[in-house]
Amino acid sequence: MKYTTQKVAYWFFLSALGLLALQIVYGFIMGFAHMGMDGLHDFIPFNTARAVHTNLLVCWLLLGFMGSAYYIIPEESQNELYSPKLAYIQLISFLAVGVTAVIAYHFNWWEGRKFLEIPRPLDYLVVVNVLAFLFNILMTLFKGKRQTTTALVLTMGLLFSALLYLPGMIWFDSQTLDSFYRWYVVHLWVEGVWELIMGGILAFLLIKITGVDREVIEKWLYVIVGLTFLSGILGTGHHFYYIGAPSYWLWIGGIFSALEPLAFLAMALFALNMYRKGEKKHPNKTALNWTLGAAITSFVGAGLLGAAHTLPNVNLYTHGTLVTAMHGHMAFWGAYAMIVLAIIAYAMPNLTGRKLFNNGISQYAFWLSNIGMIGMTVAFGVAGVAQVYLERILGVDFMETQKEIEPHFLVLVLCASGFTTGVTLYIINFFKFGKPTNEALVAAS
Amino acid sequence: MLTKSQAKIFFLAGTIIFSVLFLGLSYDTHVNKHDDQTNADKITPEVVAGKHLWEANNCMGCHTIFGEGAYYAPELTKVIERRGAPYVKGVLMSPTPWGEHTSGRKMVAYGFSEEEANNLISYFEWIGKVDLNGFPAKPKYEIKKTK
Repeated sequence: MKYTTQKVAYWFFLSALGLLALQIVYGFIMGFAHMGMDGLHDFIPFNTARAVHTNLLVCWLLLGFMGSAYYIIPEESQNELYSPKLAYIQLISFLAVGVTAVIAYHFNWWEGRKFLEIPRPLDYLVVVNVLAFLFNILMTLFKGKRQTTTALVLTMGLLFSALLYLPGMIWFDSQTLDSFYRWYVVHLWVEGVWELIMGGILAFLLIKITGVDREVIEKWLYVIVGLTFLSGILGTGHHFYYIGAPSYWLWIGGIFSALEPLAFLAMALFALNMYRKGEKKHPNKTALNWTLGAAITSFVGAGLLGAAHTLPNVNLYTHGTLVTAMHGHMAFWGAYAMIVLAIIAYAMPNLTGRKLFNNGISQYAFWLSNIGMIGMTVAFGVAGVAQVYLERILGVDFMETQKEIEPHFLVLVLCASGFTTGVTLYIINFFKFGKPTNEALVAAS
Repeated sequence: MLTKSQAKIFFLAGTIIFSVLFLGLSYDTHVNKHDDQTNADKITPEVVAGKHLWEANNCMGCHTIFGEGAYYAPELTKVIERRGAPYVKGVLMSPTPWGEHTSGRKMVAYGFSEEEANNLISYFEWIGKVDLNGFPAKPKYEIKKTK
């Protein structure tokens, strides 16, 4: 590492991995419940497990993004972080809010709106927290020696994420409008501004790992984020097909969401090309695996599997089925989880000075988690398609259909066990690095 | 060959143009089309009270409405048409977990009061009449159970 304040990132990464581990536990509770084993129903009913699972995902990814920013922005702006103290306060308060929300969900205190379940008073605390984070990042950039495109794109992504959180906080009497503006947050985050964050982190990693000229990488970064917004903004329309919005969203959403894979395809081709072009052979192969893996898996999970059920005439039958869970799992994993794991894998040797680049454990972590996730995606896909044919085409009752597809959840749980082993190995490897130290600073310079 | 500044213009211009288009269409949806398509005049205080209950208990954490939610319990957009109000009321007011002895998948026993159950039913009745562009589709076949 080049700046002592980059050490802040370590604590964000550590917290993010802790929440990821907890997220997986609640995923298993749901997987077993789908198999008919809901022994925990009285303490953790499905809606609690579900809210915890998805909210922890959002929380740990946000912590991962913040940690990435605290690592990347000082290096990009060639300046120490404006206030490490504020960063620590912000981390502790963010964790306090997150943990309070998770506990609250066990006591029926929430705002039951998919992905935005966090109770309203806690919403305001999230806003204050994110403002403190942005202030810290923007001040660092402002006082920095240079403003790079990579830093700018990453910061824009974080800034717009904060702004887009606000429409989700407005109350509507109409379920249609409630849902309409909820997608302003959820869709425009994951298929919009979060892709700026992903693109920014990806560009930073490619500059460092491949050694390709910054100007070339940043030029293509603009093209990719341009394609993201070109398709993703009006692509929000695919969420408006069947919620009581006008029918013009069927064709607008259909056309633009069919274009959404282009941005992910561009991202994958960009990463692979830069890798081939690069003359520098960076020793951190683990970080390279996760970086290229993120670019490719996001194209498959978010791009292709999203496109598979995004056209209105297909979505009419798949909407609200497990087909969505198939797409959701691999999309979040590929696009966001893997890019956070990539930056952690890159940053850890630099923060701690321990050059544990390519040990066996990090290789097993990569392959087991990815193969496990592919298996889970297939299990969800088979269950989802079977559900569509039984329930939506043949008219079999919902509960009877669920009974028929229970065996697929056994496959899901088995693959999830492989996935969990991979993630556990990743976390064990994380601890092997030890804590960040100023000696690493000396070593780097 | 594309230069970095051209790429930047592509990004900025594309983002601005498509954001303006999206906001314009959102305005049209909200202001011009919403009330007719959703029968907004039928959103009574009971419907609103039902929506509050729907959210306060995170029903979407198991069920779906307009196809949105979790995929663990039945889709409820047309639940009144499918099951009838008395059945739904029975489920909502049940003091024991619904489904425990039949489907194997239990619902939390909310034990709603009669007034609360009526509000939720009003909410479902309004939901069921919103024009959803053809969702949920009618099944193409009707099959009979043999055992």
